[in-house]
Amino acid sequence: MSSNNGRKPRVAVFKFASCDGCQLSLLDAEDELLGVAGAVEIAYFPEASRAMSKGPYDIGLVEGSITTHHDAERIQQVRRQCHVLVTIGACATAGGIQALRNSQDVDEFVRVVYATPQFISTLKLSTPIAEHVPVDFELRGCPISKHQLVELISATLAGRKPAVPTYSVCMECKRRGTVCLAVAEGVACLGPVTQAGCGAICPSFHRGCYGCYGPMETPNTQALTNQFRVLGQTDQQIVRAFRGFNAWSWRFRKASEECERT
Amino acid sequence: MSDTGHKSRTITVDCLARVEGEGALFVKLKGDKVTDVKLKIFEPPRLFEAFLRGRHFSEAPDIAARICGICPIAYQMSAVHAMERALGVAIDPAVRMLRRLFYCGEWIESHALHIFLLHAPDFLGYPDAIQMARDHRELVETGLRLKKIGNRIVSLMGGREIHPVSACVGGFYKVPAEQDLRALVEDLKWALEASVKTTRVVAGLDFPDFQQDYEFVSLCHPEEYPLNEGRLVSNKGLDIDVAEYEDHFVEQHMKHSNALHSVLRGRGSYLVGPLARYNLNFAHLPDVAQQAARDSHLALPCRNPFQSIVVRAVELVFACAEALRIIDSYTRPELPHVEIAVHAGVGSAATEAPRGILYHRYSIDDRGLIRFAKIVPPTSQNQRRIEEDLWHFVSQVASRPTDEVTWKCEQAVRNYDPCISCATHFLRLQIERE
Repeated sequence: MSSNNGRKPRVAVFKFASCDGCQLSLLDAEDELLGVAGAVEIAYFPEASRAMSKGPYDIGLVEGSITTHHDAERIQQVRRQCHVLVTIGACATAGGIQALRNSQDVDEFVRVVYATPQFISTLKLSTPIAEHVPVDFELRGCPISKHQLVELISATLAGRKPAVPTYSVCMECKRRGTVCLAVAEGVACLGPVTQAGCGAICPSFHRGCYGCYGPMETPNTQALTNQFRVLGQTDQQIVRAFRGFNAWSWRFRKASEECERT
Repeated sequence: MSDTGHKSRTITVDCLARVEGEGALFVKLKGDKVTDVKLKIFEPPRLFEAFLRGRHFSEAPDIAARICGICPIAYQMSAVHAMERALGVAIDPAVRMLRRLFYCGEWIESHALHIFLLHAPDFLGYPDAIQMARDHRELVETGLRLKKIGNRIVSLMGGREIHPVSACVGGFYKVPAEQDLRALVEDLKWALEASVKTTRVVAGLDFPDFQQDYEFVSLCHPEEYPLNEGRLVSNKGLDIDVAEYEDHFVEQHMKHSNALHSVLRGRGSYLVGPLARYNLNFAHLPDVAQQAARDSHLALPCRNPFQSIVVRAVELVFACAEALRIIDSYTRPELPHVEIAVHAGVGSAATEAPRGILYHRYSIDDRGLIRFAKIVPPTSQNQRRIEEDLWHFVSQVASRPTDEVTWKCEQAVRNYDPCISCATHFLRLQIERE
């Protein structure tokens, strides 16, 4: 993105239902933070600053999912204010862990948590931002990778497409030389259907991938479901595996629902 | 709702899982007299305790971590301890020390973030650390480097800074080798020195003359500054096992907030976090941290919440010294985690999140599936106390211009580090003058 008349591009960060971790990634880029802050104008970032400038903004980073009527309206305003709108993290791109309500009775959920449910206003579904407004780019992960975030901001400023892979976690395991846990030890691992980006952390810690980057491009979830069964996983376990931090992403949702039906 | 299912306006068993996030502050004045204060948390409910039900006990640490991206280790630690109590699991002493080290990493990261990036700009008169860096570059760079060192411990032990993946019920999925941890020593030595210096620097800031007669509540351990274990103790006579928590603390659901207010039964508000830990556990701070406190002329007990920035710096000194001590004596445990024999059970635990005690209770069935979950985060425990501070503090500064009062109120809320997002989002502060 070229700045107009030498003006620095204006960046805004918005939060919806989320844990704050993805926007914290920006502050966790300790080495790059002051550099990024020099290259752009951080115009609206309440997590970091009490100075909040009004829009329009050149780039809007959106964290969190839509779970209330108020937020469903607010995202429309946010979209109108942002030239480029990027969603960051599993909540914004897939509805997040709170989308586990989507397959259950949300009124019952509210009664479980609150003594006076009538004080609480919430939607039946937790939905990703792209179900409400057009989104220019989605950055996956629970949480996102700060390296991908810095790449995304640099690419957007330069007007090019961010170099963010859409292949599976398996590629990253191979690249870092991690022995395949599924093959060698029969560990149930979502790596074959999960998008890369984390660096294949879980297998390097001797546990199966839990799918926090959501489905890769064209995942074969049916084959993985079959393989999980071969490894002795029950249908209930397989449903829980797909129904995690990206439960509402279409591919994982379909996989869990198919498994529930059998 | 409780295990027994009774309901009223006073919540005795259930709670809201997410706390930290979007809020607003409402202060009403009549002349210079405060007539109403409401800290509103309107972050949308995420309903963690509801959807944890039916999940396997082994999933609780990773799911609960998603309540807060700022202190995920706190959620993982309270979850693993509560599950271990439910399942009667005893962990390897070396694993126990590794958990302390893991937690030190989170404390360093979280305290450095709050001291330098969120709280210091209030005292020095900047809207944020980035603008503060124009005049105080070295200060901000020190903060970022300290924060990075805390994050380095977390990512070395857990694979990434936010929502690390290594903690599990019974221990860790994988534990570091001795030489991996030794690679942290040089950084930590620098961090220890920088923290001592930071304590002196922040002690020299201007603090409003404001003290309250708080009931401080923290974990207390017979030998250690508290992180993962201890009894729940206060300066006003509370001294209980964590399993008795719900006999003494109750939660109330206020109409103006999506977060539950926690109060001490029959006594009211209380304060958790750095100030409480410091006042109740000073004797267990290492010499270097005690000395840093003395050199900064920090009172004991300290009852000025604005000085929590100094106490956080003292805790930074502690966390760096403790991390060095653990690394120095570390021998890799034979097994990263113990095997779990699944059976039905109930277990509760509290650990010291950077912002104060974080309580979890779970009930699981004989297949290891969660039947019931209750989570009480530190911010819902401090929320009542924050409002009470404002009642008293606003009247002290009410005669000043509204802009200044607004900023001072924000600062008074940020004393509690209620959470990165809450501490800044709420700043749609509204002051109504009659």
